[in-house]
Amino acid sequence: MDLIKKKKPLAGNLVTLAILCALFVLVLILMEAGALTRHIRSMLVPICINIILAVSLNLTVGFLGELTLGHAGFMSVGAYAGCLFSIAMQNILPTAVRFPLAMLVGGLVAAVFGVLIGIPVLRLHGDYLAIVTLAFGEIIRSVIINLEFTGGAAGLKGTPQDSTFVIAFIVVIITLLVIMNLVNSRHGRAIMAIRDNRIAAEASGINVTYFRMLAFVVAAFFAGVAGVLYGHNLSILSASTFDYNKSIELLVIVVLGGMGSIRGSIISAIIITVLPEALRELADFRMLIYALVLIVMMLLNASPRFAAFKGKLNYGALVDAIRSKAKKEGKAHE
Amino acid sequence: MKKIFALALAAMMVLAAFAGCSNGNSAKDDSFVIGGIGPLTGDYATYGVSVKQGAELAVKEINEAGGINGVPVTLLFEDDQVDAEMAVNAYNKLMDDGMDVSLGAVTSGACIAVSEKAHEDGILMITPSGSQVECIQYDNAFRICFADPEQGVNAAKFLANNNVAKKIAIIYDKSNDYSNGFKESFVASAAELGLEIVSEQAFTNQSNTDFSVQLQAIASTDAELIFLPIYAQEAAYILTQAKSAGMDQIFFGGDGLDGIIEKIGADNIAATEGLMFLTPFDTQADEQNIKFTADYQAAYNATPDQFAGDGYDAIYTIKAAAEHAGVKPGDKDFNEKIIAAMTEITVDGTTGTMQWAADGAPNKAAAVVVLHDGVPSAYVGK
Repeated sequence: MDLIKKKKPLAGNLVTLAILCALFVLVLILMEAGALTRHIRSMLVPICINIILAVSLNLTVGFLGELTLGHAGFMSVGAYAGCLFSIAMQNILPTAVRFPLAMLVGGLVAAVFGVLIGIPVLRLHGDYLAIVTLAFGEIIRSVIINLEFTGGAAGLKGTPQDSTFVIAFIVVIITLLVIMNLVNSRHGRAIMAIRDNRIAAEASGINVTYFRMLAFVVAAFFAGVAGVLYGHNLSILSASTFDYNKSIELLVIVVLGGMGSIRGSIISAIIITVLPEALRELADFRMLIYALVLIVMMLLNASPRFAAFKGKLNYGALVDAIRSKAKKEGKAHE
Repeated sequence: MKKIFALALAAMMVLAAFAGCSNGNSAKDDSFVIGGIGPLTGDYATYGVSVKQGAELAVKEINEAGGINGVPVTLLFEDDQVDAEMAVNAYNKLMDDGMDVSLGAVTSGACIAVSEKAHEDGILMITPSGSQVECIQYDNAFRICFADPEQGVNAAKFLANNNVAKKIAIIYDKSNDYSNGFKESFVASAAELGLEIVSEQAFTNQSNTDFSVQLQAIASTDAELIFLPIYAQEAAYILTQAKSAGMDQIFFGGDGLDGIIEKIGADNIAATEGLMFLTPFDTQADEQNIKFTADYQAAYNATPDQFAGDGYDAIYTIKAAAEHAGVKPGDKDFNEKIIAAMTEITVDGTTGTMQWAADGAPNKAAAVVVLHDGVPSAYVGK
């Protein structure tokens, strides 16, 4: 019994990774064949960035069970740190060295901020924590606007455009490997035990403060890395991008995908990134329809009937359906 | 296993959506496609909508008159919500739809991101209102509006040359790139011209409704004039609050104050009495502007602002460049020829008579208008 339980998440994670890699190869083939429009190609990197952000936010919101609204704050700290590093090193280091280093710098600076913010913030729970992290995000934004070296309100310009789909995808895989392994490890079980019952976890000898901090800082690190990818994808980085709306958009992705479901976060990150772009044909009604679709998806996701429907339509059922259809067609030919 | 289907479903949705995206290529062959990007929804929608409507009006007129070099014009306009990433997505979609010339983007940040892509593609880009210097850093990029630094210099020169005031207080938006750029260049050239800045008061987009603190601070100085390098919405609050506080300083601003009458409302018109601002666009400047204003009002039931004028002029600039070069989309070296023509043409637009230097900035005069009873008129001196 124990064995099966232990094996299952691992197998599920492998399937997730396999599907992602298959999709990646498919996209590369289509790109080579010229079947992808520029519009689609321009969405590939943002999709990867949102997957990283969603999966890392899921670590705090889904697995640790703490509602944080400051994820965009960590993303902006990482983005500015990484971009400033790249601008300074532009003529010194080759891209192949500079860009991974920039991501590391961005991630580490965001993680340091995660520790600094985490010390006071993680004394709080629930609503209090949500509000304080929201305030943190806003403080970061105000500070960036008022600093000289970040370009202030005019934004930071001149970052080399290093983000490519392949690099972004590699970072996605690294993020998934780290977070999946963390969640499935002893540490991950401790983190989830804290979510489920803090007092019981504490009574079982789990160092609550340490594990909460761990989840918080790892999430901040990957938010920072995603920020660096974002900063190197556009030629301008402005602080106004990272307002609380951004944090809430990320939270929407996580909630839509399901708290504590990594695969769900990936799927919903793809949907939420593509949806507003796909609705461009609707012109003025775009944002209205976007909001409506979001409401419908949330309601559907929460309904037990839809869950049962999804269960019926699993892989096995699909194969059966195709087989029986093929049989019927075979008969018709005869 | 359960979720494989969900994933497949999502993938199908994505693919279906993508399939929908690629249908727009038909516009390419038989028309001159101009693509615009700007905020059509969200907080800054008013700017994007104005540019779009101004451009639409120009396209309608051009098509009725037989198009550009005999080719009908199609205007495609995409929403970016002032977000650079969304603007780049929109730009790529427009390229899929066969865009021949880009209007860049309406706001500066988005425009800088788009200009990078337009530079890679080598197409002509004319931004109606991207006022940051970097918007036109590449050779293929031009602008219709003033640059932020340019406006500050013009404003300071006007105040010094006409001896309007010597002691000046400033209220500006620290969180806005237009306001910062405008204010900084104003302060720099004011110092050179012997104007004295007695007070600098900042606000941010988080605190842009109550200005009593800033106004009180200025009231305690001997400022004769209050300089407002900001947008009309905040200026409307400042003017009404200053009026009710009984302040009698002169108010002076830039093209951002355009449209203040609509923002302040009919009840508070008295607060705008004597307000001066530097603008290249005046609805009643000449016959062309009077006709533009009348047509615009008939079509959209609104008074055009400077953004609408910029959009309108951008389309006519493209027409002038294409006709000067004598090229049609699809011609060999279309991009090179139309870009080369940009520095050789003169366009008499609604926002003034413009010529472009190789750096992409227009050379045009700024006029100062004064409001009396809510009606703008040209400044005639003291």
